Amino acid sequence: MANAVLVRKLEGVSPTRQRWMGVVEIGMAVLILIFFTLKVQPGSTSTFNMTPGGITRGVAGDWVVPALGTLIFLTVVAFLLGVYQFVRGFGKWTNGVLGIIVAFFVFGFLVWASAGKSLNLSGMLSAAVLLGVPIILGAFSGVISERAGVVNIAIEGLMLMAAMVGALVGSVTQSIWWGLLGAIVSSVLLALVHGVLSIKYKINQIISGTVINIFSTGMTSYLSSKFMQTYQNLNNPPIFPRIPIPLLADIPIIGPLFFNTNIFVYLTFILLIVIQVALFSTRWGLRLRSVGEHPKAADTLGINVIRTRYVAVILSGVVAGIGGAFFTLGSVGRFDEMMTAGKGFIGLAAMIFGNWTPIGAFLAGLMFGFADSVATKLSILGTGIPTQFMAMAPYLTTMIVLAGLVGRGQVPAADGEPYTKE
Amino acid sequence: MAPVLQLSGITKRFPGVLANDHIDLTLNEGEILALLGENGAGKSTLMNILYGLYQPDEGEIQVRGKKVTIHSPTDAINAGIGMVHQHFMLIPVFTVTENVMLGSESVRGGDFLDRKKAADRIREISESYKLEVNPDSYVKDLPVGVQQRVEIIKLLYREANILIFDEPTAVLTPQEADELFEIMRTLVKQGKSIIFITHKLREVLEISDRVMVIRRGAMVGSTTPEKADKQKLAEMMVGRSVHLEVEKAISTPGDVVLQVQNLVVADPKNQIAVDEVTFEVRAGEILGVAGVQGNGQTELVEAVTGLRAAVSGKIHLMGQEITNLSPRQVTELGCAHVPEDRQRDGLVLSFPVADNSVLCTYYQTPYAKGLNMQAHVILENAHRLIKDFDIRTPNAQTNVGSLSGGNQQKVIIAREFSRPIKFLVASQPTRGLDVGSIEYIHRRIVEKRDEGCAVLLVSPELDEIIELSDRIAVMYRGKVVAVVSADEANKAYLGLLMAGVSPEQAESAKTKGPRVVETTF
Repeated sequence: MANAVLVRKLEGVSPTRQRWMGVVEIGMAVLILIFFTLKVQPGSTSTFNMTPGGITRGVAGDWVVPALGTLIFLTVVAFLLGVYQFVRGFGKWTNGVLGIIVAFFVFGFLVWASAGKSLNLSGMLSAAVLLGVPIILGAFSGVISERAGVVNIAIEGLMLMAAMVGALVGSVTQSIWWGLLGAIVSSVLLALVHGVLSIKYKINQIISGTVINIFSTGMTSYLSSKFMQTYQNLNNPPIFPRIPIPLLADIPIIGPLFFNTNIFVYLTFILLIVIQVALFSTRWGLRLRSVGEHPKAADTLGINVIRTRYVAVILSGVVAGIGGAFFTLGSVGRFDEMMTAGKGFIGLAAMIFGNWTPIGAFLAGLMFGFADSVATKLSILGTGIPTQFMAMAPYLTTMIVLAGLVGRGQVPAADGEPYTKE
Repeated sequence: MAPVLQLSGITKRFPGVLANDHIDLTLNEGEILALLGENGAGKSTLMNILYGLYQPDEGEIQVRGKKVTIHSPTDAINAGIGMVHQHFMLIPVFTVTENVMLGSESVRGGDFLDRKKAADRIREISESYKLEVNPDSYVKDLPVGVQQRVEIIKLLYREANILIFDEPTAVLTPQEADELFEIMRTLVKQGKSIIFITHKLREVLEISDRVMVIRRGAMVGSTTPEKADKQKLAEMMVGRSVHLEVEKAISTPGDVVLQVQNLVVADPKNQIAVDEVTFEVRAGEILGVAGVQGNGQTELVEAVTGLRAAVSGKIHLMGQEITNLSPRQVTELGCAHVPEDRQRDGLVLSFPVADNSVLCTYYQTPYAKGLNMQAHVILENAHRLIKDFDIRTPNAQTNVGSLSGGNQQKVIIAREFSRPIKFLVASQPTRGLDVGSIEYIHRRIVEKRDEGCAVLLVSPELDEIIELSDRIAVMYRGKVVAVVSADEANKAYLGLLMAGVSPEQAESAKTKGPRVVETTF
């Protein structure tokens, strides 16, 4: 049978948007020219170290590029792409081309910043992965709960609470595993509060989430300043060590990034696969998604909407708990007030950017992590750009991505709608 | 032999309403039982009880002579009862297979979905019951008629024997409805039993073996199509004699009032909903827009009334261009709008009748002086409208939300018709109303036409379009595929046009009489 339902879409990109994008892209080419290409000394080279500091396995040689030549190439190609976009337009590739030009801009920036010097690119990427982990875990947490139709804006609060409880329990027991468990339990309990408020009492889910965030901020700040800063042995948890994976850790470039790092990175990979498979290939996932798309339909087929949503919110809490534990048990080994610093919210942005899929959320999370890492590394390198501006980079990226690039994609249709049985 | 299904003394009370009053109902094996009643008569409540969505306060249900208690849809499914809901219970972003298997999935290796096995089962079912559908299509890509087939397959997949169809033809073209009836006959032949809920008299006479009529929650009678006719069924349903036909004189069209040229409008998903549409409406005539819901009528109406921006094209009202003017500007030029969703777009439900009756004019004298609303003037106006338009409301201060659907619609009609208007857009003006209110609103619209107003009437109900219109435009996938004069039109012909058959092909069908046309969608 022919299922030829012709849906004629308006051309993906309106003429105004096409022109506007062209102007933006030409503008970026001009910026590359003015700020980077014209500023480098002819003949200078940029050296990128491809092995993170302190790593002995999977060593790769340095990558040396002529600064001026590379920048001229980037300028010209970006300019030509921009002109083509302005005149003809790239149609459905518009966003992709914009992505390429943004990448050019970032790379041009790195080449200029490291002209005549050397920059540890690999170290930067490895930092990007580590900075990306909490964002990705936050995004996964969001994917699970929103696929079942519960908007979970409380992820920031869950992670903050988990970070503190993880540090506290870890310090008291001097065990990383008890610390991790404590983190997860605290996050799940808070998630349950969100669940009860939004599923049972049908409170607006944004408000419920915000309440939990505020509670978390207040509670952790209080406990931290009252006890953990005063009694240092309450804030001295052990941290998860670096565990190289045999063979894989020896692959140049990729090995040090992904296979010679701490358990949270591995957990992120495992969760990526598990959540992706569970959501899209199992009975459990099909039912969970049906509840987020059309709870009434699910109900008429005998699926328990309420229970499914509770399960999703609890699992969302588990994942957020792991993400929170990373801050204290996975990296610095102590809790500081507000140390999640908006990573949970950026995680939600990554979830949206990634179209509510685990794989999309993962890639988006890595991108935000990279923006963060560029900011940190380059403020150390000394580029003359005020560090405050550099620190804005991840948030600016978030805003640009959310405002400009993302159309409303595959939002679960019943996301945020409480379900009332008739 | 015991009947397949027997309900005795089913009673359901909602706060302040007796929705079902000791209803008895018997369904025999292999029969189609029509359950006829007006909106709000209690048909859906009864069926929701049967499907486990509500619990009855009294009464009992027997399936094949055995008493059953149905607390949830799962219980109903286990008892072999399945329901095709009026609003499909399908998930648009899932495939047909996923939708059908949901809730009783085939799995292997623990919890992994076995999509192939389920798809094979679906192919088998669609083969044996002649329900053509591709298991791998996404539901959102399927036309409504096929989506309904998916709903039916869902029931057969669960081996239901008692099938409830809740207003199944509301969303179908006449041809799709005929196909559905064909399917229903096949199902019955293969031993299934069907309860068919409707308020459309024609369909009852066409398909059912037996008719039960329900009014205000009580069963008022039972008959067979052979012993009944439309008039008799209507009287049983409403409880008094009704005029089914609209009386109207031949129209005398005057000057062009609304002119639409090459109009293109996009829907919220940025898909083209209205595609290069050109037509005009003259003073003193009703132009009916026929078409299955979702073929661009909504967007057309929104563009004409200023609620949605046009992508390109021009709209003129009495010679003045109104393309992309604000709704207030269009309204002030003499355009009245009866929106398709009266509760969402037509009224502020939490406002009293009085305030709702000046929603278009509250800022003008005499209703406002400077920044002050003149409450007593607004109230006087409301009292006058309540009298003139026979709005049944406790008083002018009652919130509109607590009125019945018919009276809510009367408030809108009163508000729009009491202004000096030149052009009326009426979108599904009788949707969900009872026969009495329909009669009233039809008469009012024809009166407005006779006063020299140009009327654009949009409705998916072909009967309504044919009865009221002087000329009929048929919309299909955003295009006006034909404009015919009302006396030339017949249902079969319009139905074919609505289904996307080209006017030439439809023309031949018109002369040869009804026949089955293979359409690909």
